[in-house]
Amino acid sequence: MIDLQGYGPRLLEGALVTLEVAVLSLLLALILGLLTASAKLSRHWLFHRIATLYTTLIRGVPDLVLMMLLFFGGQIGVNMITDWLYYEFDVDIFININEFIAGVVTIGFIFGAYMGETFRGAFLAVDSGQLEAGRAYGMSNRLIFRRIQFPQMMRHALPGLGNNWMVLLKTTALVSVIGLSDMVRIAAEATKATHEPFLFMIPVAVVYLLIASVSEWIVARLQKHYNVGFGEADEWNN
Amino acid sequence: MEQLNAWFTELLSGNAIFTANTLGYYLDGLGSTVRLVFLSLIIGLVLAVPLAIARGSRRKWIKWPVFLYTYVFRGTPLLIQLYLIYYGVVFIEGIQDTFLWAILKDAFYPALIAFTLNTAAYTTEIFHGAIKATPRGEIEAARAYGMSRALMMRRIIMPSAFRRALPAYGNEVIFMLHASAIASVVTIMDLTGAARFVYARFYAPFDAFLFVAAIYLCLTFAILYLFRYLEKKLLAHLKPING
Repeated sequence: MIDLQGYGPRLLEGALVTLEVAVLSLLLALILGLLTASAKLSRHWLFHRIATLYTTLIRGVPDLVLMMLLFFGGQIGVNMITDWLYYEFDVDIFININEFIAGVVTIGFIFGAYMGETFRGAFLAVDSGQLEAGRAYGMSNRLIFRRIQFPQMMRHALPGLGNNWMVLLKTTALVSVIGLSDMVRIAAEATKATHEPFLFMIPVAVVYLLIASVSEWIVARLQKHYNVGFGEADEWNN
Repeated sequence: MEQLNAWFTELLSGNAIFTANTLGYYLDGLGSTVRLVFLSLIIGLVLAVPLAIARGSRRKWIKWPVFLYTYVFRGTPLLIQLYLIYYGVVFIEGIQDTFLWAILKDAFYPALIAFTLNTAAYTTEIFHGAIKATPRGEIEAARAYGMSRALMMRRIIMPSAFRRALPAYGNEVIFMLHASAIASVVTIMDLTGAARFVYARFYAPFDAFLFVAAIYLCLTFAILYLFRYLEKKLLAHLKPING
C-alpha cells in the first residue's frame, strides 16, 4: 500500500466513508425521486403543489447552506420534537444528528429533487398504450408498475440518473466541511500538517475520477440491460 | 423614504439577531459572492470559447489536452480544486517574502482561479456540444458562399452555437452561484461565510441559514428569469409558428 507519509491507510478509510455517504444518499435520493415523480404526476393538486415546492426550493439553495442548516439546526429541531414527545406522551427517545446522518440526509434530499425531475420525464415517455394493454390483461396497478412501467421507464431515466449520480458523488466532498472524516477532510488535515497539498489532494482527485469511471461502466451495462429489444432499431437508425 | 426608514427600524427592533450590524455582514457577503461568481463566469466564458473550438479540432495534439482538462475538472469536486490551488499557493516555499504575497494572502484570488478554471471546463463542454450540433446545411451554405473557416466560425457557427448553448449555460450560472458557497471554507466572507459568522455568534442556526437560503433563492430566480428573457429574445426564430 502507498504510505503517503503515514496517511495512506487513513485516506483509504476516508475513501470508504465517501463511498458509504454516496451510496446511502443515492438510495434515499432514488426513493424520494420516485415519490416526487408520482406526486407530480398524480391528479391530486395538493401532492402536486408539495412536490413542486420541494423541487423548487431545493434547487434554489446551495447544497452547503442546506447541509449546515440541517447539521447545526437539525439537532435543535429534533430535540424540540423529542422534548415535546416526552412532555406530552412520556415517550423518551434521543436522536443524535451527527455529521454522517446530516450529510446523507441533506445530499439525499437535494438529489431526490433532481431524481424526481428525471423520473417524471421518464414516466411520461412510456407509451400509455403499454399501460392500457396491461390493464386489459387484468393486471393490478402494482403488477403494471413492476412488470411494464418500471422496466420501460428505466430505459429513459438511466442517462439522467447516471448524470445525477456523478454530480452527487462530487457533492459528497461537502460533508468534509461539516466535520465528517471523508477522504477530502483527511487530505485537508494532512495538507495542513505537512504543507504538501499535491501529495494528498491529487490521489484523492484520482480516486474520484476512478469511481466516476467505474460508475460510467456500470451505467453503460445497465443501459444495455434496459435497452433490450430496442438495440437493433437504434443501430439501424444510425 | 423616511416612512420606509421608520418602518424598517420598527421591523428590526425587538430582534436580537438581525440588527443593522449583522445585516451589514450579509450585505458584504452578498458583495463578495456576486463579485466572485461574476468575475469567474466572465473570465471562464472568455477562456471557454477558444477552448471549445480547440476541443472540436481535428488535430489530436490540440484536441486531447483540452479534453483531459475538461475531464479532470468536471470529474473531481470543486472543493478539491479549491484546496489544491489555495494550499498549493499558500505553501510554496518563500512565497510570503515576495511581492505576490500582498495579492495572494487574500483567499479571494486562489478561489477566483479555482472557480474560473472549473466553470471554464463546464462551459467548454457546453459550447463544444452546441458547436457540434450546428445543422450541416448552415455549414454547407457558408462553404458555398466561399467563406474561409475563420469567417464561417465567426459569422455562422458561433452565433448560432451561442444561442443553442443558452439554456445549458443558464444552468451553469446557477450551478456556479451555488458552488460559490464553498468559498466560505477558505475563510472568504461570502454570503455563506456571513451566515456561518452570524450562527457562531448568536447560536441561531435557523435564523442565520434560512435567511441566507432566502437570499440565494432570490438570486437563483433572478438568474432564471434573466435567462428566460434572453432565450425568448434570442431564440424567437426557433419557436413553432403557433406556439
